[in-house]
Amino acid sequence: MSKTFSLSSALLLIAALVSLGACSSQPAAPEQAGAGVEDRTPGAISSVTPVTAGQADQYGIAALKDPKSPLSKRSVYFDYDSYVVKDEFKSLLDHHAKFLLQNGQMKMLIQGHADERGSREYNLALGQKRAEAVKRALLLLGAKEAQLESVSLGEEKPACMEQSESCWAQNRRGDMLYAGEF
Amino acid sequence: MKTFSLRWLAGGLLACFTLLAQAQLSIEITGAGAQRFPLAVSDFGGERVLAQALTSVVRSDLERSGLFQIIDTTGALLNETSVPNYVDWKTRGADALAAGSVNVTSDGRYETRFRLHDTQKQTAIAGQGLAHNATQIRTTAHRVADIIYEKITGERGIFSTRIAYVMKSTGRYELQIADADGNGPQVALASREPIISPTWSPDGSRLAYVSFEAKKPVVYVHDLATGRRHVAANFKGSNSAPAWSPDGTKLAVVLTKNGNSQLYVVNVDGSGVTRLASSSGIDTEPQFSPDGEFIYFTSDRGGSPQIYRQPVAGGTAQRVTFEGSYNVTPRLSPDGKSLAFVTRDSGRFRVAVMDLASRQKLILTDTAKDESPSFSPNGRMILFATEVGGRGVLAAVSTDGRVKHRLSVQAADVREPAWGPFNK
Repeated sequence: MSKTFSLSSALLLIAALVSLGACSSQPAAPEQAGAGVEDRTPGAISSVTPVTAGQADQYGIAALKDPKSPLSKRSVYFDYDSYVVKDEFKSLLDHHAKFLLQNGQMKMLIQGHADERGSREYNLALGQKRAEAVKRALLLLGAKEAQLESVSLGEEKPACMEQSESCWAQNRRGDMLYAGEF
Repeated sequence: MKTFSLRWLAGGLLACFTLLAQAQLSIEITGAGAQRFPLAVSDFGGERVLAQALTSVVRSDLERSGLFQIIDTTGALLNETSVPNYVDWKTRGADALAAGSVNVTSDGRYETRFRLHDTQKQTAIAGQGLAHNATQIRTTAHRVADIIYEKITGERGIFSTRIAYVMKSTGRYELQIADADGNGPQVALASREPIISPTWSPDGSRLAYVSFEAKKPVVYVHDLATGRRHVAANFKGSNSAPAWSPDGTKLAVVLTKNGNSQLYVVNVDGSGVTRLASSSGIDTEPQFSPDGEFIYFTSDRGGSPQIYRQPVAGGTAQRVTFEGSYNVTPRLSPDGKSLAFVTRDSGRFRVAVMDLASRQKLILTDTAKDESPSFSPNGRMILFATEVGGRGVLAAVSTDGRVKHRLSVQAADVREPAWGPFNK
């Protein structure tokens, strides 16, 4: 038992505690029965494995906030009226999927966005398709359904407010937020 | 804009000054009907006892409808008991004349009485007395305007109805309710996060809407009188686009719990969720037909967003719009005979209306960023959101495209309008 209790297991526990803390600070609007995102409680600590600092784990929790880590990048951009993840973002998604795989208690909210042109509700649906495309890519790459929720903010939260193609392009995106970040 | 005239500009400016207050929607009339009924409304006798004008509200209501030409009544001293000089009023150009009075009653309230005369038939054709208090002057004026409107046009007036809309200022979203002329706004909900898609329950007592206060779209139902609200749809994923069933017991909603945006029905309390339609793409913006038989909705199942309809009882979806590559936001007229929607035309988003029997389409606006069309309960006008000078404003257009006016607020964006039902 103590032999197989590895670094990743320790991180798993930390991640579980982090995500639990984040859940308690989430705003109201209770989830409806049967549709909840599963909460897992951590098991009791039976032993502690010492960890030597300085050996940075590529997919450790700390990497999320490390500007040098690919995990610090969170946005996937899309073409107009499109919800196809472009090849240039495949490696970014692969890194996040590996992180989610290694940190099974971590949860991610994927927020899809659309540019401002056209109907707000249709843009909400378009943002959802983008969030869903990011979610499906992460699932294929090893993340678990219970870790992911894809939602849309439609055209309501633009990153850029000008009316130009370069600006609209910044607003057609999917953002990946980990528990505690939204 | 084509039918814009100096006279109407003057009317619009007058309305602006009368109604202007902080964060108050102000009205500008930008187009009127071709055939307007000439009507004189003489100042109601004793009106000066009131803190606010009453007759001017009656006139501006009727004028804004675009169906009336208001005849000058300078010098007229009339009340509801006067026998007017019909020949004289006919000479002034008025086919009808309204005259009335306001009296203080023994209990300190007011009674407004008026009579409507047909100057050609030389006879009174309507008359009524309305008791009210000092805070109901505008309400009373709207009722007088409604009675005159209905007597002359044969259809119900909408001056006593209310509208809902969302006002956005820096970092703040407010769901507001105001009279149909934009007066008397009240905040139903204030939030730091967006609010979209408000829609009135058929009895006008509640609104369903989408709020992002939980960092994701969730559908709420909000009782306006009590301020009490509850979650009607909050499933994993996004919850949006609520639409009331005609009997007010159910909501069509868009859920993404199984992936893409799909149509479902829930009871208003949030229970009993059932799937309504299914496709591999986007289905959104549901709306029940007034008879409750069909759901109209936007879908990209054919490759571009188009409007479809499907029997609520089950059956296959039929495509309704074919022209163009972007037709969204279907809204049925109260009689169920025509469909308002937003169409993209050379990169411009415009409100259009289609006669469902003949499939004839008419583009009603010359603006470029129209959204959220909403029929007045008498089916004559369509309220929608658009952008003027980079700011969100509300505009209204008649279903024949001739009558136009605009409601705007200084230093705020106004969007997501929804026209409420007739008062019961």
